Amino acid sequence: MNNKLLKAIQTIEKRFGVEEHIFRDEYSLIVSPGDVVEICRLLRDGFGFDMLSSLTAVDYWPEGDPRFHVIYQLYSIENNINLRLRAPVSDDNPAIPTIEGIYPNANWHEREIWDMFGIKAEGHSDLRRILTPYDWEGHPLRKDYPLGYEEVQFTFNADEIDAKKPYVKE
Amino acid sequence: MVQLQEVTLDELKHLVSDRAIQGETMLLNMGPQHPSTHGVLRLMLELEGETIINCVPDIGFLHTGVEKNMEAKRYEQAEVMTDRLDYLNTVGNNLAYCLAIEKLVGLDVPPRAQVIRVILAELQRIGSHLIWLGTQSLDLAAMSMFLYCFRERELILDILELVSGQRMMTTYIRPGGVWRDIPEEFYDAVQQFMAMFPARIKQYHGLLTKNPLFIDRTKGIGVISAEDAVAWGLTGPSLRGSGVALDNRKTQPYTGYEEYDFEIPTRTAGDVYARYECRMDEFWQSLRIIEQGLKKLRELDGAPVRSSNRKFVPPPRSELGASMEALIHHFKLWTEGFDAPAEYVYMPVSSPRGELGVYLEGNGSNKPHRVHWRTPSFVHLQALPVLSKGLLVADLVAIIGSIDIVLGDSDR
Repeated sequence: MNNKLLKAIQTIEKRFGVEEHIFRDEYSLIVSPGDVVEICRLLRDGFGFDMLSSLTAVDYWPEGDPRFHVIYQLYSIENNINLRLRAPVSDDNPAIPTIEGIYPNANWHEREIWDMFGIKAEGHSDLRRILTPYDWEGHPLRKDYPLGYEEVQFTFNADEIDAKKPYVKE
Repeated sequence: MVQLQEVTLDELKHLVSDRAIQGETMLLNMGPQHPSTHGVLRLMLELEGETIINCVPDIGFLHTGVEKNMEAKRYEQAEVMTDRLDYLNTVGNNLAYCLAIEKLVGLDVPPRAQVIRVILAELQRIGSHLIWLGTQSLDLAAMSMFLYCFRERELILDILELVSGQRMMTTYIRPGGVWRDIPEEFYDAVQQFMAMFPARIKQYHGLLTKNPLFIDRTKGIGVISAEDAVAWGLTGPSLRGSGVALDNRKTQPYTGYEEYDFEIPTRTAGDVYARYECRMDEFWQSLRIIEQGLKKLRELDGAPVRSSNRKFVPPPRSELGASMEALIHHFKLWTEGFDAPAEYVYMPVSSPRGELGVYLEGNGSNKPHRVHWRTPSFVHLQALPVLSKGLLVADLVAIIGSIDIVLGDSDR
């Protein structure tokens, strides 16, 4: 393991008490959502993690507790190391603090997880839907959101299915 | 009956300045049907005269729910959707997805397949850069460039058709290798392209590089410093134009890129022209890689192109009649697919646009639990307001071209 990465992980473990997960040489730290801003700032300023590669979320509905994990993929150009943070977020009014102030490109990523998972980024400057239309209902990437398909209309049930379709009828 | 609701714009007021609300500056929609936005991108511009005070990108017109759909498909089935994300980098998307699967399940890839992957990915990089060059020059009124670039790209598409049967949506790279071995004509086709293309690059340079009109439109336009570029997450040529030599092929080599001898071209100016120069230099580097790849490929003639791990890769047709095991594996793989562990990986690769990252999470079943695409176009578009502030609308056209976006890539 890279020395710099080891040092970064040890520092964070000492200060914040996090859990570590290693798979195929990829290091993930499971952190509390409240600490995310502090940890990101520490990693950026102290350990050279200057780029937020990716920010996304996962839904573990129905059995997962807490239901969501928000995933921060950080990269240090100088030291060429990757580190992933995972912040578990519960189903009850899910929210994370925004890290827009540290990595400006978190802006759209946080909009995306609001749009797709309904996880609010608190303190975000412009929290609107980004990929779906502004009047969309629901959060599509949640596991309890149906995939959706068009029901096939046959002669015997054409009217019945037509009645359920969302376009304006006469 | 659907209720039509009245919508207020109050919640959008924070996007523009107070002066816009008082009517001192003008709000103008550019797109979603505008030829220079390279697809369905809408930009809301706040203008004072012709100067851009603010630019608010609005994306999602091409959102197809690929990530959601992939969760409902088996690992192998989901691959066809990856082509449709960034439709100029189809091989690269397949590659990223297959590498992520291979990392997740721990599957080996034979050397010959790796070389084929590299050659095709680099051909695709040239093809994608040709589209960029053609459309960027078209936006800057160099119409003939567009025709020349598409003429050359056609040859690359022919090569892709030769190996996979499809011009664009190839799905040729598969978990554990590639679909089938390349045909014998492949060598000739690639060599012909290699022999022809250097002269064409010089022709492009002759048309653009010292062209005063082109220089006027690109030099000093859309400048971004290295620190800002990193903070906004720019990658690929858009970052290298600002002087940061970051490329996943060098920093975190995959599919055997560490064995190839090539350079990462950079420029320090950070403007549209610098990004142009970086991409033009990448043509040469890609040609270098392909040349080395062809040599390696000749040495590996007759070697397998797919892993022999039968738990993930179906056996060849010829074995089915002779081996009971093969028949069972074939049946299992085509009815159930393979299972992946309940773990997660992040696989970044270098697409022509920048870092294309696949976050793949399994749950022990034969379908992915979550696939997330970290796409360069999505991240680059976000920096558009920073790049274009204070410039003219005509400059915005040049900047959009220079960050090389594909809307299928950003909207997913």
